[in-house]
Amino acid sequence: MTQNVQYNFAYLDEQTKRMIRRALLKALAIPGYQVPFASREMPMPYGWGTGGVQVSAAVLTPGDTLKVIDQGADDTTNAVSIRKFFQKTAGVAVTERTGEASVIQTRHRIPEAPLTEDQILVYQVPIPEPLRFLEPRETETRKMHALEEYGLMHVKLYEDIARHGHIATAYAYPVKVEGRYVMDPSPIPKFDNPKMEMAAIQLFGAGREQRIYALPPYSRVVSLDFEDYPFEASKAEHPCALCGATHSYLDEVIMDDAGARMFVCSDTDFCAGRRAAGHLGEMGVPVEEDRT
Amino acid sequence: MQTEALAGGFADAPIEAAIAFRAAMGAMARPGRIHDIRGAMPPAPLSVAAGTLLLVLADGTTPVHLAGGCDTSAVRDWLTFHTGAPLARPQQASFAVGVWAELLPLEAYRIGVPDYPDRSATMIVEMQGLTDTGARLTGPGIQDTHGLNLPDLAAFQGNRALFPLGLDFFFTAGAQVAALPRTTHVEAG
Repeated sequence: MTQNVQYNFAYLDEQTKRMIRRALLKALAIPGYQVPFASREMPMPYGWGTGGVQVSAAVLTPGDTLKVIDQGADDTTNAVSIRKFFQKTAGVAVTERTGEASVIQTRHRIPEAPLTEDQILVYQVPIPEPLRFLEPRETETRKMHALEEYGLMHVKLYEDIARHGHIATAYAYPVKVEGRYVMDPSPIPKFDNPKMEMAAIQLFGAGREQRIYALPPYSRVVSLDFEDYPFEASKAEHPCALCGATHSYLDEVIMDDAGARMFVCSDTDFCAGRRAAGHLGEMGVPVEEDRT
Repeated sequence: MQTEALAGGFADAPIEAAIAFRAAMGAMARPGRIHDIRGAMPPAPLSVAAGTLLLVLADGTTPVHLAGGCDTSAVRDWLTFHTGAPLARPQQASFAVGVWAELLPLEAYRIGVPDYPDRSATMIVEMQGLTDTGARLTGPGIQDTHGLNLPDLAAFQGNRALFPLGLDFFFTAGAQVAALPRTTHVEAG
């Protein structure tokens, strides 16, 4: 699909892109710190990835290949509409294969395949402030970050243990970046937290909340925990029903009214790739038969 | 105003700015890595890389300080015409351009405040050339270590000690750019 000439390249005007690009550079210079930016209204509602879309628009070049995932899947509404948006306004190539993409915009997952130095991962973030549900006032949370006052977050994790016997936070699990800023990794499952120390550049955009933050490659990203209750990257204790993978993050799918359920890879490209390579789970069929 | 000031901008601003920004972002995300960056043809003594960075990043909301030999009427006219950026003293500047000796002292520039460490200046240091030897860099964005010829050591170590406040640096020579954010640890190589 060629770019629609009625739009500026990648939709946003150049003034807006400059403002976002300056915020991105400061975000990379201060890993984990949330840089305020003048978020624009986008032709989609808040909550649909307006922050991620603005960051993607500011980094895309015509030579890029874009992949968009929503909870790991390339074929859900949010992913499909954002992919089409950039096909129309930037004319970039798109792919569903993780390895072929140069820019990946994601909602709530990190792809299973390790990312390389040539890739950029853009996260859609709903609530960028990790302390927000503990302290609703922006003036106070800003001060807490400035003073590196993160005791409240440990109290929250401790209360998890007191109430449930373990740290029950399963997604948006807080991390500390380079020993300084506590950061919300966006609502990715905590299974994905260890992957954040990666070779690719990671950019986070929160449109409604008007914040941008970033992780340079190989940044130290430590999930908060306690010595006697160490962090654990948990997942459902099942193999994928389609591809048999035992090391990927799984979605639980309810099959009928009688409580039957199946567990499948949340990363659709990873799952399809494994099936194409001949791996089959107990309910799986080879990819060729699936497509006919 | 000379008509030369009107030339030397991007021929296709959205595309050239996007490609140049990716070089700038790659440089800032991976301190010490040298990237090619081009698009602008600024008047001397500005390098292609420094001029391109200014076209990508500067506008009417970002005061620019032209240090020493960069502060010529040709550069002022060119920058004003292409970006609309107000010219400023170091204390107000979002961006500062010049050779190392003329940018000093660094204490004059904004390093941000504890609540908003992002409100700090970005320095564009014009160099004779860039090589990946010299100082030894470690920190975010660097897997093990990386080398870069820096104009000084103590100044960057002092800047690192200010973290999370501090200045962020681009180094430019010809059509090449490298960067050193405030997070990078600098040692003699």
